[in-house]
Amino acid sequence: MKRTIPLLITALGGIVLIIASFIPFTLDWGEKASIWFDILAGVAFILGGGNLLKVHLRKVSDKQAGFGYSIVTLVAFIVMLYVGLVKWDVPPMEAHPNSSWSGEYRSVDSPFGWLYEYAFKPLTATMFALLAFYVASAAFRAFRAKNIEAILLLGTAFIILLGRTFAGVWMTDWIDPDGPISGLRIENMTVTIMSVFNTAGMRAIMIGIALGIVSTSLKVILGVDRSYLGSKE
Amino acid sequence: MFEFFKTLDRRWIFLLMLLSVAVPILLQTTFPEKASAMAQAVFDEIDKLPEGSKILLPFDFDPASEGELGPMATAFTYHCAMKKHKMYFMALWPVGPQMIDEAINKVIRPDFPELRYGVDYVNLGFKPGNEGVIRVVVTDLKELYTTDDAGTNINNIPMMQGVDSVRDCDLVINVSAGYPGNKEWVQYASTAYPGEIILVGGCTGVQAPQMYPYIPNQMKGILGAIKGAAEYEKLVMDHYPRHITNAEGDQALDPKYTEALRRMGPQLIAHLLMIVLIIGGNIIFFVERHRGMQA
Repeated sequence: MKRTIPLLITALGGIVLIIASFIPFTLDWGEKASIWFDILAGVAFILGGGNLLKVHLRKVSDKQAGFGYSIVTLVAFIVMLYVGLVKWDVPPMEAHPNSSWSGEYRSVDSPFGWLYEYAFKPLTATMFALLAFYVASAAFRAFRAKNIEAILLLGTAFIILLGRTFAGVWMTDWIDPDGPISGLRIENMTVTIMSVFNTAGMRAIMIGIALGIVSTSLKVILGVDRSYLGSKE
Repeated sequence: MFEFFKTLDRRWIFLLMLLSVAVPILLQTTFPEKASAMAQAVFDEIDKLPEGSKILLPFDFDPASEGELGPMATAFTYHCAMKKHKMYFMALWPVGPQMIDEAINKVIRPDFPELRYGVDYVNLGFKPGNEGVIRVVVTDLKELYTTDDAGTNINNIPMMQGVDSVRDCDLVINVSAGYPGNKEWVQYASTAYPGEIILVGGCTGVQAPQMYPYIPNQMKGILGAIKGAAEYEKLVMDHYPRHITNAEGDQALDPKYTEALRRMGPQLIAHLLMIVLIIGGNIIFFVERHRGMQA
């Protein structure tokens, strides 16, 4: 029973969504299933939060390696959750001065807005920006013209790197933009690579992925693949 | 010398990257930009619509990618406001509302104070459910969005009258940093309702190659990363320039609308550094291989 009901729900949801895509009369069914999905996605936030607490509390309790990071995660999670949920110190809306919860909680005047602006925003931006340093280091150590494929990749990378900046325009500025060899201007080569070679390759990959998704989805809907239930089958 | 480069400490590379990005930022270096056909296609789709057209703007990105996508979000908002289009903001990312706030506070409130909330623009806020949200709003927007971001009943918002689904909008402009984003809007909106939902967008550089196969049928155009944003900014500023008086007392383009153009400076130097590093790494590789063969 513990597994039969989830299997039935999965099969029913999948079949309804497939039917709704092909039969206009059943369009509403698909819409209803999508709304249920959206509601469940909202509930998933609670489950996600619960799971985060469980995993990190266990790490702290067992004093596993790096448990200090878990403490930071837990403190950050609880503080953000608290100030967001209770709208702590949110200035009331002008129209409702007596309702302390009615104001704009994302404003930097509120603790939630302040934490977002001065902690969350710079931290996430920093993490993403760090990629530039690691990519540069990796480019120096790993990008080697070892064979024909690597040389082709390297050449394409150079054209794209130059073509996405003014350097590409400047380097091939001597080629007449309306002349017979205008396609050799680096910015034009970039466009050709992106819209011809890249598009052809991406389409092939996407068609392959789509066929794989159809096959996997059918397995899930028909109950052949039960790995999402935590089964070892 | 060879040994130094062969065993180069990666902190030297980090320092070079820091300098190559920091120096052009500090010097405010800019380079001329020419709009590509792709940026032109995006611009034309917005520009050709008559005044008062309904534009849905899903901002599906976060502060991590704001450096790359923020300038185009600003430019899209400015272009729509200049054209007096009705703007419907929404988000599929939890911090999307903050990105919407940024655009509203940066563009609409200071430069278009005549635009009224609920009449000319509305913030519908964030809804969880990823592509599930798109599936619903393309058929019945009010089924999911019963209120706007501030909690106002959707039926009490004047500009929501006559907007029952995304199909009632004249254009969707999606700015996306990943999942859910451009791809999901293509799969569940513009592909499902061809001709009814017209989609253009902007995305990060990593996503752009994945979106090209959808152009021009399922997507009319896309701005790829800061380069796409800079080209689009150029088009917008050429057609709808906004000047301010700078510190020297001269008239200059408002810097907040040329942010992407300024970011092309660091991008140029950083890209050149990458090329130099790759070439340098390969020289070391080939010299080592040659020595190995001789030994």
